[in-house]
Amino acid sequence: MQLVVNAVTADVDDAATIADVVRDLAGIAEPRGVAVALNGAVVPKASWAETRPADGDTIDVLTAVQGG
Amino acid sequence: MAETGTSAARSDAWGVWGGNPPRNRGRQPGELETDQLTIAGEQLPSRLILGTGGATSHAALEAAIRASGTGLVTVALRRLDPGAPSLLDVVERCGVRVLPNTAGCYTATEAVRLAHLAREAFDTAWVKLEVIGDEETLLPDAVELVTAAERLVEDGFTVLPYTTDDPIIAQRLADAGCAAVMPLGAPIGSGLGIRNPHNIALIRQKVTVPVILDAGIGTASDAALAMELGCDGVLLASAVTRAEHPARMAEAMRLAVDAGRLAHAAGRIPRRLYATASSPTGGLPW
Repeated sequence: MQLVVNAVTADVDDAATIADVVRDLAGIAEPRGVAVALNGAVVPKASWAETRPADGDTIDVLTAVQGG
Repeated sequence: MAETGTSAARSDAWGVWGGNPPRNRGRQPGELETDQLTIAGEQLPSRLILGTGGATSHAALEAAIRASGTGLVTVALRRLDPGAPSLLDVVERCGVRVLPNTAGCYTATEAVRLAHLAREAFDTAWVKLEVIGDEETLLPDAVELVTAAERLVEDGFTVLPYTTDDPIIAQRLADAGCAAVMPLGAPIGSGLGIRNPHNIALIRQKVTVPVILDAGIGTASDAALAMELGCDGVLLASAVTRAEHPARMAEAMRLAVDAGRLAHAAGRIPRRLYATASSPTGGLPW
């Protein structure tokens, strides 16, 4: 299926979970200080492994950057 | 420390840059140490909150955080760049807490959504709430701000709103249950200081929650003035991170906040139109 991950279109396995998407993007399984929004709604960390996005979904993976 | 151009005389006088200057000279020991800022029942080690925006490198930021003596630093939340060094590593090394902001949000809905994401990312319910009106002035949209504050308080957040210097809006935010109010001195990053000191003093009189002067600070005297006006703390970023020598300015800000706090507590003399002699008027030999 196709997802939009951090504004980039990505082909991922149909069975992929949010945890898989985060790991593929960050390069590690459970990156610190990261939050995920699926189509704009927060997905709690505890639900990453069970949440399966659908084709066309938008996923944002966010973390801390410098800011006042 | 990344600081350069430190004179030998200065190093001799104060040890190493970033080390603690002789804080207790000329006053009762422990006065500032026991007079701590408490927000939502939590004591902070410093009345200075440092924003991390604008630093040229993580190394420069780390030096500035250490020199500032702060216990709380703001961060923004943005899309993960896997190649970027981790800001949280810097924060952790410095042993300070994170205050996530909602910078970049223009509506209450956006700000509430970003606050929830920040709570998930950093495991903290504290949020520096920003809802901006336009990108040229970056001034707060007071209407959206109050709406967002009400929602976030209801959702269990400890809300520290960046607001205008309007005492009525500050009161509305306090009434909404915000843990502090953070009026601006001048637009973000402008370095213009406190444009309306009277309003800041009014806000301090009007609300019972802590008042943190946020935005507009240019140099140490601005931070000292904020404290002299009765503010409970100062939040600044650009004044330090964009200074020629960030760690040096961070230390200046730390001293200024302490100096202003002491001056406020000391009770300044009244302003007078005419001079009042401080030397004896009698006893002259003519």
